[in-house]
Amino acid sequence: MDIMQILGLVIPAAIFAAAPLILTALGGLFSERAGVVNIGLEGLMVMGAFTAIITTLTLEGMGMGGPVVILLALVISILIGSLFSLFHAVASITFRADQIVSGVALNFLAVGLTVFIVRLLYNKGQTDYISNRIYRMDVPLLSDIPFIGPLFFSSAYMTSYVAILLAVIVYFVIFYTPFGLRLRSVGEHPMAADTMGINVNRMRYIGVMLSGAFAGLGGAVFALTVTGNFSATTIVGQGFMALAALIFGKWNPLGALGAALFFGLAQALSITGQQIPLLSDVPPVFLLIAPYVLTILALAGFVGRAEGPKAIGKPYIKGSR
Amino acid sequence: MAKLLPKGRLLSWSVPLIAVFLGIFIGAIIMLVSGYNPITGYSALIRGIFSDTYYLGETIRMMTPLILAGLAVAFAFRTGLLNIGVEGQLIVGWLASVYVGIAFDLPAVLHLPMAILAGALAGALWGFIPGLLKAKFQVHEVIVTIMMNYIALYTANAIIRSYLLVPGERTESINQSASLSSPFLQSLTDFSRLHWGFVVAILACVIMWFILWRTTKGYELRAVGLNQHASQYAGMNVQRNIILSMLISGGFAGVAGAMEGLGTYGYMSILSGFSGLGFDGIAVALLGANTAIGVVLASFLFGGLKIGALNMQSQAGVPTELVEIVIALIIFFVASSYIIRWVMNRVKKEDI
Repeated sequence: MDIMQILGLVIPAAIFAAAPLILTALGGLFSERAGVVNIGLEGLMVMGAFTAIITTLTLEGMGMGGPVVILLALVISILIGSLFSLFHAVASITFRADQIVSGVALNFLAVGLTVFIVRLLYNKGQTDYISNRIYRMDVPLLSDIPFIGPLFFSSAYMTSYVAILLAVIVYFVIFYTPFGLRLRSVGEHPMAADTMGINVNRMRYIGVMLSGAFAGLGGAVFALTVTGNFSATTIVGQGFMALAALIFGKWNPLGALGAALFFGLAQALSITGQQIPLLSDVPPVFLLIAPYVLTILALAGFVGRAEGPKAIGKPYIKGSR
Repeated sequence: MAKLLPKGRLLSWSVPLIAVFLGIFIGAIIMLVSGYNPITGYSALIRGIFSDTYYLGETIRMMTPLILAGLAVAFAFRTGLLNIGVEGQLIVGWLASVYVGIAFDLPAVLHLPMAILAGALAGALWGFIPGLLKAKFQVHEVIVTIMMNYIALYTANAIIRSYLLVPGERTESINQSASLSSPFLQSLTDFSRLHWGFVVAILACVIMWFILWRTTKGYELRAVGLNQHASQYAGMNVQRNIILSMLISGGFAGVAGAMEGLGTYGYMSILSGFSGLGFDGIAVALLGANTAIGVVLASFLFGGLKIGALNMQSQAGVPTELVEIVIALIIFFVASSYIIRWVMNRVKKEDI
C-alpha cells in the first residue's frame, strides 16, 4: 500500500470524525472564555442529536424529504441546544451553583429526558433510522485539483467544511470584535469588566447559550452523519472529547480546530489502523486512549502549558473581590 | 411564617430535603404532562422498594457500591478536591479484584481480603495520578479525572479482550473463595443478589469518619480543604495531603468496583459505556453533605429510586428514565442551595 492510498484512507476519515468535535469545542470555547466551565457539553450534544433525529423522523412522517429536512433539523437542534443550556446558565450564573456539578447534572438530565421522551413517542428505547442523511459530495472545482483535490475535497461531508469555516469565523469574533473582547474580559477579570460597564452576567448567559447552540449543532451533525438514529448510547464521550480538544487547543478556536482534527485522526486510525502496514501491530487501544493521554500531558505542561481563563469556575458576585 | 422555618442544625438538613422534594415534585409534573398519573407512579415506586423482601435485598445491593462511590467523592470534597474520576477508579478496581479472584486459589480468609485490597489499590493508583499532577503542576483535577475515566474504560476493555475473554464478552467467574455472595442472604431476601458487600460499605463509612475526625492526618486533610494557604503557613505539607486525599478517595472508589466484581456479578463484562455509579456517587456525596451518615441516607434514596423505578415501569408504565431525571434535578437543586437559602432568608426578613 503506497502513501497516497494511506492518506486517501485516513485524511477524509479524520476530517469526517472531527466535524462534531470542532463544533462542540467551539461551543465550549464561548462558555469557558466567559468564565463558565461547561462539563455539560456532552449533555448538550445529546440534546442536539435527539432533536435532529426526532425532527427528521417527524418531517419524514409528514412526507417531506431532501436537504430542506436536514437544514430544518440542524436549525431546530441549534435552538433546542441553546434553550437547554439555560439550565446550566441559570444554575451556575444566577443560582451560583458549582459549575462542574451543574454541568454533571446537565449530562444526567439530557440522557434521562431524551430517552424518556423517546420511550413516550416510540414505545421503545431507541428511534428508527432516518432515511434523509447528510451525504458525501464532491466540492465543485476544488475536487479537480490534482493531489489535494482527491484527499480533501472529493466525496466529503459539507458539514466538515462548515465546521472548519466556523472555527476561523469564531477566531475572528473572539479576538477582533468588541463582543469578543467583552466576552474574554468577563472570563479573565469580571470585576474590571463590571467597572467598565459590561454586564457580566448577561455576557456569561450569552456565552453559555452560544455553547448550547454550537454543541447542539455538533450533536446533530454527529447523529445525521454517523449514527442515523437516537438512543441513550448515541453520544458517548464525544462531548468530553470536545472538551479535551478545547483544552488541548489552549482555549483558542484555531487550536481547538487543530486538536479536534488530530483527535479525529486518532479516531480514524483506530478504525482503519488494521489496514495500514505500520499501524496494524499497534493495539487499537493505544489509539483510542491517545486523545485523553495527550490532554493530560498537555495540562501537565509537557506539551506546552495550557492555561485557561482566569476567572473560570467562579460565580461573579457584585462587590466582592 | 418565619416560625415554621428550621433553625440551627435543622437548617443544614433542610436544603437537601427541599432539594429532594423539588426533584420529586417536578418529576410528578413531568409525569402529569406526559399523561401518567403521578400518584399511581410514585406509589408503584414506593411499593417497588418496600413491598417485598426481594426488592429490599436488591435495594441494599444497589446501595453498596453507591455508598462507597459517595464516600470517595465526599472524601475528596473534604480536602477541597472534586473527584469526577470515581467512575474510572471503580472500573480499574472492578478489574483488579476480579483478576485476583480468578488468578489465585487461596482459603477465603486470605483470598477475599486480598481481592478487595487489589481493587482498592488499583483505584488508589488511578486517583494518585490526578492527585500528583494537581500537587506538582497545579493541573485541575476535574479534567484529568475525566480523561482518566476514558483511559480506564478503554484499557480495561482491551485487557479483558486480550487476556481474560471467555464467551459472552466477559471474564471467567471468580473463584468461590473470593466471592462475597451468600446463599444465606439470598434465601433471606427471596433470592435477590444481596451479598456481604454492605458490611464492607458500612465498615468503609466508619473508616472514613475515623480518618477524618479522629486522626491528626484527618485534621490536616480537612484543614487543607478549608484553606490551603493557612494550612501551608501552619506547617502542613499541602502537596502531600492533596496526593494522599486522592489516593484514599480512589481507594474507596476501587472498593466500590470490587463490590460489583466480587459481589453482584462475580465477573466483569466488556463495558460498552460507563456504569454510571461513579457519577451517581457525586449526587450521593452532594446530597449527603459529605458526611458518612449522609452518604448512607442518600444512597438509600437513590438506590431505592433505581430499584423502585423497575416496578414503576412494570406496574404504572412510567419509563425508568423518569428516575434519572429526578436524580439530575435533585443534583441541580442541591448545587443551587444558594437560591434556597436566599428564599428562606427573604421569608425570615419579611416577618421581622
